[in-house]
Amino acid sequence: MMGRSRFILSALAFGYAFLYIPLVFVVVYSFNDSRIATIWGGFSTRWYGELLRNDQVLDAAFLSLRIAMTSATAATILGTMAGLALARFGRFRGRTLFSGMISSPMVMPEVITGLSLLLLFVTLQQLTGWPGQRGFTTITIAHTTFSMAYVAVIVQSRLMSMDESLEEAAMDLGGKPLRVVLDITLPLIAPAMIAGWLLSFTLSLDDLVIASFVSGPGSNTLPMYIFSKVKLGVSPDINALATIIIGAITFGVLIAWFAMRRMRT
Amino acid sequence: MAPAQRRGVAGVTLMAGDTAFRTDQLWRRVAVAAPYLWLLVFFLAPFAIILKISLADPIIAQPPFTQTFDAEGDFAGSADNFRFLLTDKLYAVTYLRSVVMAAAATILCLALGFPMAYGIARSDATTRSLLLLLIVLPFWISFLLRVYAWMGLMNNYGVINNLLMWIGIIEQPIQLMYTDFAIFVGLAYSYLPFMILPLYATLERMDLDLIEAAQDLGASRTRAFWDITWPLARPGIIAGCLLVFIPAMGEYVIPYLLGGPEALLIGRVLFDEFFVNRDWPLASAVAIVLLLLLVVPIVLLQRNQAKREEPAT
Amino acid sequence: MKDFIRIRGISKYFGDFAAVDDVSLDIAKGELFSILGGSGCGKTTLLRILAGFELPTKGTVEIDGVDVTNQPPYQRPVNMMFQSYAIFPHMSVAKNVAYGLQKEGVARTDIEKRVDQALDLVQLRDFAKRKPDQLSGGQRQRVALARAIIKRPKVLLLDEPLAALDKKLRERTQFELMNIQDELGITFVVVTHDQEEAMTLSTRIAVMEQGRFLQIGTPLEIYEYPRNRFVADFIGTINTFDGTVQQIDENTLVIDSEEAGTTITALGRHDVVVGQKVCVAVRPEKIFVGKDEPDNSEDTRVRGVVHDLGYLGNLSLYRIKLVNDNIVLVSSQNRRRSASRFLEWEDEVWISWRPRSVAVLLE
Repeated sequence: MMGRSRFILSALAFGYAFLYIPLVFVVVYSFNDSRIATIWGGFSTRWYGELLRNDQVLDAAFLSLRIAMTSATAATILGTMAGLALARFGRFRGRTLFSGMISSPMVMPEVITGLSLLLLFVTLQQLTGWPGQRGFTTITIAHTTFSMAYVAVIVQSRLMSMDESLEEAAMDLGGKPLRVVLDITLPLIAPAMIAGWLLSFTLSLDDLVIASFVSGPGSNTLPMYIFSKVKLGVSPDINALATIIIGAITFGVLIAWFAMRRMRT
Repeated sequence: MAPAQRRGVAGVTLMAGDTAFRTDQLWRRVAVAAPYLWLLVFFLAPFAIILKISLADPIIAQPPFTQTFDAEGDFAGSADNFRFLLTDKLYAVTYLRSVVMAAAATILCLALGFPMAYGIARSDATTRSLLLLLIVLPFWISFLLRVYAWMGLMNNYGVINNLLMWIGIIEQPIQLMYTDFAIFVGLAYSYLPFMILPLYATLERMDLDLIEAAQDLGASRTRAFWDITWPLARPGIIAGCLLVFIPAMGEYVIPYLLGGPEALLIGRVLFDEFFVNRDWPLASAVAIVLLLLLVVPIVLLQRNQAKREEPAT
Repeated sequence: MKDFIRIRGISKYFGDFAAVDDVSLDIAKGELFSILGGSGCGKTTLLRILAGFELPTKGTVEIDGVDVTNQPPYQRPVNMMFQSYAIFPHMSVAKNVAYGLQKEGVARTDIEKRVDQALDLVQLRDFAKRKPDQLSGGQRQRVALARAIIKRPKVLLLDEPLAALDKKLRERTQFELMNIQDELGITFVVVTHDQEEAMTLSTRIAVMEQGRFLQIGTPLEIYEYPRNRFVADFIGTINTFDGTVQQIDENTLVIDSEEAGTTITALGRHDVVVGQKVCVAVRPEKIFVGKDEPDNSEDTRVRGVVHDLGYLGNLSLYRIKLVNDNIVLVSSQNRRRSASRFLEWEDEVWISWRPRSVAVLLE
């Protein structure tokens, strides 16, 4: 085997530095005592304290978590159905349109998805009086729509790589079709569903643009709150918030990684 | 006439009249219909509405646009918004700038992402999974916060300027924030993982014997790369480029935070048209034109994706 | 005979592990030389050193009088047929075959002519425009061969050339390979784990184990005169009995073996002393089996019962249990056509073999 060349190694070093150095500085400056975020004024944890006393942040975070949980769960249910249909049901009427609609939300620019959903909600409001006040419900629907596409793709590719004879064997042993789905298929695709749920959850927590379109007055998600603050420039309590998020996610992902490695060995 | 029959969940033939057949059919109908209806209502229908509103005129009302069809059901809309988009130079320039910026960011991502993906694909199993984890990790960390991180770096008194002045390369802080350069770096930074992952997937399953075979037949390492590695990685290259280019085209957050008020990219113009000028019909028209611009890359991406899923030979 | 390939003291270390351990070898021009061994014995590493994909830790490789040890693969007068065939999936058959000539800068008209010739040679002319995924396993193998010989290399390296083919095709292809080698006069070096393949193909074989050569010789030498127990075991099947040298005469050697339950007579040799521990090896087909006691006094004779038998059509295999419970494997040709079996289970039999059938192995 050829050794990796110096060029490749420097590209890797540069690339990872590019990806991580900005985050490192956010973390470092979150412990900066100075109010002017770019000047070092000594070590302090005061911004973390201020963050915890800031009701707006806590409200926004709570709303975001509720939306993320609900939309991830709905997206997992709908996306799993869609993935099953695409991978196991063979041909059915409207399949081409279906698979096209499944994969499109993933590549659609956010501004278009956001605008189109808002116009839909406005039109529905005129026609039926629903959804009334925009907020939790509309954002959840919007997030479910693009998240279910990701779940469907993950579940579908898991099913494609899975041996269909497992299900055939269950049928052969007397399992009725729906029972087979519950007893065999679902447990086998459970890892894909969990992965899909987690991805949906983070996509929802991450989304700013679509939520900005479809939310109404008074319902600010966490990204919307952050955006309204950082529009005005670097701010030390956002550094602290970012550090908490980066820390929590890095910790969680590393734990999951080690757990998976241990399971494999 | 032969009784209706069909292959069941797992390809087992089911006969009409069977209870299993009926429950199975019911379950299938639900499993298809639920997501199908959802997507029809919340994904497809909105596009029809955008199209309809793009043909309307803005008025000061709630909602702020005229009806496209009058009371008799006759068409009352106009293509004025599209005419405006095509004649007003500002919009043409904005679309063009968006394409150029997105393309430039795509090229930077490819130039940096290809050697990275190559390096990851060729490392041993443990290192590889750690390196991949480090590529995926930023995905899970808030996009907004990652863009925000650059604000602190590129500020006039931010880390980069301080560092450069400390070394003595510059006397005065140079303007990094609120420039096209900042947008360009921000786009490349945010979308680099989208480039690396599909590239890694194709490079990782490539048979290394092929490269050795090319060398054995007289190709130098560089030649073998261009003859074998590059063409075989093409599905990954296409996927990566489109996955960077498409979202970069419609990007709103990055031009807003890093580009300052004059940085006109189409995603931001759409947003402002809608929220600041409250011109919903024009915003819809902007969205339709953006979508038309992206139809070709989106279809390309989906075709390429379908091809990538075919088993490798 | 001039040595065409000279391998001198080649070692290859991966960390502390010696994949190839101080190996020397000469191969003559036009030979079809096989390196035979189990997986991990170092044979592939040695082949890759010849091809230039690995640099040896120590030692030199010379081909046709030129030291190529430090030449990169693309400058060596050597081509390789990969075990996976490594056919470029994005190029047609003709493009695959032409690749080597293109890199050499051969004129296009010449390339076309030579590609046609090469495809003729492997009987794939009608497939020139096909893509590799439209070919069968056997056809892919022949594309790989055509691609590897088109530059008329001085040496062709073949890594398990037949391993991916099914049994019937393998047998046919063996002979095709030999014919092509004969026609082109290229020196072939084959790496294989399949002893049958090595036996039929090769002019000479090197048996390799743990990075070293245990024996180098013609197929006949390797089979009939294995130098140690590993070689004897690896090639074909063989019965082995431990024993001690009891008596050395002019022409014979008598070995007392508890395992055989008797003394064994072998042909005399001068490199042993009385009392030395040796191992006696006898091929199953060299052993006679019968119900009557054989009368030739020089032969080694032992009593036993038929423990197991297998009828293979052309051959019958017997597992004979000796009085001391050891099992001896015997095979005999079924020369006569008969409705009933010559021997049955639990039959009491005599087995015997000639002194010249015995290989004496010194560990």
